[in-house]
Amino acid sequence: MKAATPEAVPIAGGTDVMVELNFDKRRPPALLDLGRVAELSGWRTDDGHVRLGATVPYARIVGELGDLLPGLAMAARTVGSPQIRNRGGVGGNLGSASPAGDAHPPLLATGATVELASVRGVRTVPADEFFLGPKRSVLAADELVTAVTVPSAAGPQQFAKVGTRNAMVIAVCSFGLALDTGTRRVGTGIGSAGPTPLRAAAAEDFAAEVLPWDDPPALTDEVAREFGELVAAAATPIDDVRGSAAYRRRALSVLARRTLRWAWQDVRVR
Amino acid sequence: MRVNIEINGERHTADDVWPGESLLYVLRERLGLPGSKNACEQGECGSCTVYLDDTPVCACLVAAGQAEGRSVRTVEGLGTEDELDPVQEAFVRTGAVQCGFCTPGLIVAAHELVHRSPDATDAEIREALAGNLCRCTGYEKILDAVRLAAKGVQR
Ligand SMILES: Cc1cc2nc3c(=O)[nH]c(=O)nc-3n(C[C@H](O)[C@H](O)[C@H](O)COP(=O)(O)OP(=O)(O)OC[C@H]3O[C@@H](n4cnc5c(N)ncnc54)[C@H](O)[C@@H]3O)c2cc1C
Ligand code: FES
Ligand code: FES
Repeated sequence: MKAATPEAVPIAGGTDVMVELNFDKRRPPALLDLGRVAELSGWRTDDGHVRLGATVPYARIVGELGDLLPGLAMAARTVGSPQIRNRGGVGGNLGSASPAGDAHPPLLATGATVELASVRGVRTVPADEFFLGPKRSVLAADELVTAVTVPSAAGPQQFAKVGTRNAMVIAVCSFGLALDTGTRRVGTGIGSAGPTPLRAAAAEDFAAEVLPWDDPPALTDEVAREFGELVAAAATPIDDVRGSAAYRRRALSVLARRTLRWAWQDVRVR
Repeated sequence: MRVNIEINGERHTADDVWPGESLLYVLRERLGLPGSKNACEQGECGSCTVYLDDTPVCACLVAAGQAEGRSVRTVEGLGTEDELDPVQEAFVRTGAVQCGFCTPGLIVAAHELVHRSPDATDAEIREALAGNLCRCTGYEKILDAVRLAAKGVQR
């Protein structure tokens, strides 16, 4: 379908596309309305994973996937406004590939994969290999994002974002965290603090190693602080109108520390 | 292209539509329904809020072609000149309308909220209206209006 009219612009919720069209930044010869493609508009569970169709709007992720994908649902809840959440979804967030996209940190933290399809076939790409730079990704001109496959939560997950007010903010920086209490792994995702969303591999390894998984006592301040600093060190932020690089690093270390505390509290009460 | 949309219960057809123009443009400029307001055209202000198949959306962010064959309800479809919808009535009674530019979008968003969750808390009301900006009222009177409208629905 995309191959037949390669210059057609895919449109899902339109919350990024229509802003560009309304301001004449783009005048494509045709639009490809993905909202009419039934296969993209649902989700199902599959062997410990959720296969989430590209056009499922954030409002449904919040309403239906809070238990299976808590990190993504938390992030979805912070997107725009009710009207935006009723339309926009993960496929469009990936299509735009903004480093500030709120779906990205939870996808990285959970080790999700992105499914891409064209007439040439279907391929899957790990979420942390999907992004190439600001608004650039591995998505080819003739490809569509059909779904993301996200492991169902196997432990507490968190998402936190710093913005200038409570509603309708683009993240100054954001952080997603996923603990897997079975395999004792820690996943991270940093948003808006680099040319692409990023994982903090050193912080993941450190936390997986030192967290007292067997008999979880309270988290020590040293572990939380070290984790926060390793997350901040993984970021490569820039100065822009929304915040300075130094502020973003500082804010990220606070978000990381805080979300690890919240998540660990959940581990202890389970 | 030709676009067929059911609006406020009636079938409407617009011709020579560019597929990328917005539903808001089609409503206002092609079909003579100026109730939904055009302020920002980027999803920020909510003054263009309409129901698209029962879900509140910004009409400025829906492509005309995406509305083909679907049903839209605008502020014009909520009440009549002789008999206002209870949400409209509540906005008038509480003085929640000043310049009125934000009002049509707020009425649609508030209408959806009070029907979905008539006993919404203040926090839930604020959350539901977070996508609707008002420069005039400072929102207190709007909260009063929604509380009053919700009472009407509960009864
Ligand atoms: C007022 C407002 C507030 C916002 N707030 C936030 C926020 O808080 N956080 C946030 O992350 N974003 C925010 N956004 C941006 C936007 O809502 C998100 O990026 C959203 O996820 C886009 O999804 P969509 O379905 O609307 O995408 P669309 O606008 O339909 O598409 C976006 C891009 O992806 C392409 N595309 C869409 N679907 C596919 C697909 N399946 N395969 C390949 N390419 C595809 C399109 O061609 C386009 O380039 C906001 C936007 C507005 C207008
Ligand atoms: S005109 Fe559509 S949100 Fe402002
Ligand atoms: S009454 Fe003027 S913008 Fe709300």
